[in-house]
Amino acid sequence: MQSSILKRIRVFLALVVFLFISSIFLDFRDLVPDKYYDSILFFQFIPSVLRFLDLSVMAASGFIIVIILTFITGRTYCSVLCPLGIYQDIVSRIGGRVRKKYRRFGFTRPFTIIRYGLLGITLVVTLSGGIYLISLLDPYSIFGRISTYFFKPAFLVLNNLLAGIVNKYDVYTIYKVQVKTITVLAYIIPSVFLFLVTVFSFRRGRLYCNTLCPVGTFLGLISKISLFRIKIEESSCSRCGRCALACKSSCIDFMNRSLDLSRCVSCFNCLSSCPDKAISFGLPLRKVAEKTVDSGKREFIAGTLLLLFGLSQTVRAKEVPVPKKASTVREEKTSPVCLPGATSIENFSSRCTACSLCVSACPKNVIQPSVLEYGLKGIMQPRMDYHKGFCNFECTICTEICPTGALMPLELEAKKLTQLGKAIFIKDNCIVHTEKTDCGACSEHCPTKAVQMIPYEGNLVIPEVTNDICIGCGACEYACPTTPFKAIFVNGNVQHVAAKKPQTEKAVLKTDDFPF
Amino acid sequence: MKRRIFLQRTAGAGLAAGAALMVGKPGELFASAPQSKPYDLVAVMGGTPEAMFDLGIQSLGGIGNFVTKGQKVVVKPNIGWDVTPEKGANTNPALVKRIVEHCIRAGANEVYVFDNTCDDWLKCYSSSGIEKAVKSAGGKMVPGNTESYYKEISIPEGKILKSAKVHELILDCEVIINVPVLKHHSSTKMSAALKNMMGAVWDRKYWHSNNLHQCIADYAMYSKKPVLNVIDCYNVMLKNGPRGVSVDDVVQMKAQILSADWVAADAAAAKMMNLNPEQIDYIPIAHKMGAGNMNLESLNINRIKM
Repeated sequence: MQSSILKRIRVFLALVVFLFISSIFLDFRDLVPDKYYDSILFFQFIPSVLRFLDLSVMAASGFIIVIILTFITGRTYCSVLCPLGIYQDIVSRIGGRVRKKYRRFGFTRPFTIIRYGLLGITLVVTLSGGIYLISLLDPYSIFGRISTYFFKPAFLVLNNLLAGIVNKYDVYTIYKVQVKTITVLAYIIPSVFLFLVTVFSFRRGRLYCNTLCPVGTFLGLISKISLFRIKIEESSCSRCGRCALACKSSCIDFMNRSLDLSRCVSCFNCLSSCPDKAISFGLPLRKVAEKTVDSGKREFIAGTLLLLFGLSQTVRAKEVPVPKKASTVREEKTSPVCLPGATSIENFSSRCTACSLCVSACPKNVIQPSVLEYGLKGIMQPRMDYHKGFCNFECTICTEICPTGALMPLELEAKKLTQLGKAIFIKDNCIVHTEKTDCGACSEHCPTKAVQMIPYEGNLVIPEVTNDICIGCGACEYACPTTPFKAIFVNGNVQHVAAKKPQTEKAVLKTDDFPF
Repeated sequence: MKRRIFLQRTAGAGLAAGAALMVGKPGELFASAPQSKPYDLVAVMGGTPEAMFDLGIQSLGGIGNFVTKGQKVVVKPNIGWDVTPEKGANTNPALVKRIVEHCIRAGANEVYVFDNTCDDWLKCYSSSGIEKAVKSAGGKMVPGNTESYYKEISIPEGKILKSAKVHELILDCEVIINVPVLKHHSSTKMSAALKNMMGAVWDRKYWHSNNLHQCIADYAMYSKKPVLNVIDCYNVMLKNGPRGVSVDDVVQMKAQILSADWVAADAAAAKMMNLNPEQIDYIPIAHKMGAGNMNLESLNINRIKM
């Protein structure tokens, strides 16, 4: 059976979008220029909304176009623009191949309470000031986390295997890359969602999108009244049911010759399945449907919403405040270090959906997902982890690519003077003090010489920190060789401040003859 | 060499010497031949990095004394930091380029360049100008960014550093040419030839936490040593090293030190920075361990001013 032209266009566009979005998450060689990231992620719904709320500029109007598009052609976003949706289509296709004889699809009733309940809760919680629920459920961010923490490492392992082979033949155009893992706890959320979407789509097509995804549910409300839609010509339909079996959204009720438009993702798979040519995509047929209102259901939804809203407020009240209380173990950080371009922890944590694009793009691996550093509501939101890496002085990539506006672009010169935190020296941990030997790894790495070596006992030198020129890049903390606790660490600034420019003086030395 | 060829060549050389004796005074025969007592160290001043290397290496008998046809060569510059050449934190790219060119002209099979950088390695390779320079000269830039490129070696003569993980190319190659940049260093006071080899090993933190100076000297006892050290003293960072804060930290010294003895080279380099070599702990330690000779007075030094 030949697939319809509409379906082929849909598949082609979806693959192009998927390729682009995956490539920016997998791109460890900086092959995709940073300036294209914005365009590639322009239509991502939630990031675009967040950015728009912040900036109200046309550059962040992707979601408006998506809404208009949904009014016209239904949930095209879900089929063509959403990377998580396309990923599920791929898995679903594989599922179909693997379990050929099994009839996976067929009309099912929608999970009305769950889907609208979740949408409602997400809206209420988000509007009342918490971004955590929408971050957790935003399909783009889910895809970002899965890519960053699972697909990319797998991709790097493949790269390294290949590099191992070609390096033997003296070819170094492909090189090995350190595959770094994140804290075990940070794997929980991306693992759960990877499992959910993969299993759901493998067995049941778009069940996830039509049950748990708030973006899908929201767009479904619009697609109910979309201009162009899938329709069934009653006079020619013989109720053979082939369309229902082809529908990965399980939304075609062939017995009643009707279609649940709120769940239809405009994939066009059904078009070519109909032997009677009764299914088409176009303007709706005029038909007045009788509607009955189930008031009990509505009340239940409202009640659930209220209950969950209350619960979310309780969670908020119990949150660990930022900065959190000094702990008694480790280096006594009172506050995590937030990324350059964030301006403040509060600003950052209210805008970041933890899509992890910055984690993936950072060349130094210093950006790591948090567990409880920002409190429970900031779980998975990235922070600077100076045990894993340090911020490259000459780099601003994370500030340039953030799709939600949680990080705003910083000019390189401004970034070099943005203090993310302050270095604190713990003399009792320092090699120079404990071992009475030279070390100075911290000062070596310091780009502003906020950490300087000053005379200590005998010929030894020991670090000293000048706070106002420290930018909190963490090079000192990363380089410090002491374990398990570092002798120098960066305590985050709740609000980023401007650092002073290091004073410089022209070095002089008479060098017109050999001194030996 | 077959006996017949040997006899022919000896006869030829004898004839040539005899002819020379007939033409000139006997003493000139030896003067015109390459340096009878070879120089231990050559210091050059006043030219471009390339011109100074050309003169310096000539004075050491030419690159052919160090690299022969078909060999695998590693040139090890300092590419530690993501900064541009005028900041003096990395080896001058023009010098690295010239050395690669010399090696290739001498018939080297392949010339490899790498460093275990401090900043992001790709940015370091590119900002330093070294990647471009090496590629244009026909050399090969090799990554040193993951532990899998490093192999365990042992240093039986080391006091603290008894083993280390070195880049596989250090093991695979036949010749190492060490090309550090001379600069101030916050903890060791100075970085040049000996210190530069920290960029050929993986775990530097061990060095830092286990008597840095002794570890630097210990590594100098590793059996696979550079055949030649070329210390770039063109743009010399006098303070805020080893990374530097601004170009104000740098003076233009326009000099170069060449020696097969890296302890000697470092002693001379220290003096160039107006430091007493005795005060750079790893130099006297390496000297005492027999890694080289820091007593410049006892060495045959050629000082060339351009």
